[in-house]
Amino acid sequence: MHIPDGYLSPQTGGLFYIVMLPVWAAAAKIVKKTLAARQVPYLAFGAAFVFVIMMFNVPMPGGTTGHAVGGTLVAILVGPWAAAIAITVALAVQAFLFGDGGITALGANSFNMAFVLPFVGYYSYKLISFKSAKDSVRRASAGAIGAFLGITAAALLAGIEFGIQPLLYRSDNGRPLYCPYGLEIAIPAMLFEHLILFSWVEAVATFLVIRYLQREDPL
Amino acid sequence: MKTITKLWILVAMLVMLAPIGIILPELLKAKTAWGEWGPDELKRSAGYIPRGLEKLSSLWHAPMPDYVFKGWEDKGLPDLSFAYIVSAIAGIGVTILVVIGIGKFLAGKGD
Repeated sequence: MHIPDGYLSPQTGGLFYIVMLPVWAAAAKIVKKTLAARQVPYLAFGAAFVFVIMMFNVPMPGGTTGHAVGGTLVAILVGPWAAAIAITVALAVQAFLFGDGGITALGANSFNMAFVLPFVGYYSYKLISFKSAKDSVRRASAGAIGAFLGITAAALLAGIEFGIQPLLYRSDNGRPLYCPYGLEIAIPAMLFEHLILFSWVEAVATFLVIRYLQREDPL
Repeated sequence: MKTITKLWILVAMLVMLAPIGIILPELLKAKTAWGEWGPDELKRSAGYIPRGLEKLSSLWHAPMPDYVFKGWEDKGLPDLSFAYIVSAIAGIGVTILVVIGIGKFLAGKGD
């Protein structure tokens, strides 16, 4: 779910940029301390992976489309802070080069998919996989569940960001200035699609890649 | 083969399969993703174009909007698929360059 330009007011867009500034700054600081030069290829892989995963539009028959992100997987591989950077870069390239996601909405899209998603996913994974063997199915399942929770949380937030617009921003004639659909439409729409389909795609893809990596190289 | 090499092979395979992301929605007649409608689509479903949205939606003109070459929007699926793969390669290329740049800036000297 890449929120385009126009669906969020400039104030909302600006707010999320401001919210993301300390997140990006913290990520830079933490990654600077913990990232070894030999891990940079994994960071680059993470960004490339989420970029291409987001191009797989999954249709709901007769309905809309959505996509997985792969952000929790990247967080498991390089840590949530590095994942935040990797996913932000992918989102920025998508917005500027391909118009996928708005420029004014990049802060909000980053907040949802580059911050909340990998952090919820990663810490859920850590909790559920606690003390499990590195090559266990439980660990891979923990990643899948984390991924499911992460993307669903991101979808919920997007629904909220969309849905509060008509509440807060109306023109003189009473019409919404930005997203015209309120919380009662936006939240169910976002949650339903993801809980029914897209979160599952995210979970399964995460599980499969983790299992693959477990066979090749202990995580 | 190193693990990272296998991971890049995975990315390469995903790039080749990326057109699934436009073929599947076409086959299943899926509409635009929720909340990603353009102003015209929104006018049809909501009955009007919100004024703020109308102004902001043309804020940025991306070089390859929606992952196809400009002027190729109405071409058939085979052409669009080709453009989609080119976009994926270009997008990933730029993404990798930016990340490597950031990585060099942030990562420790050597290891």
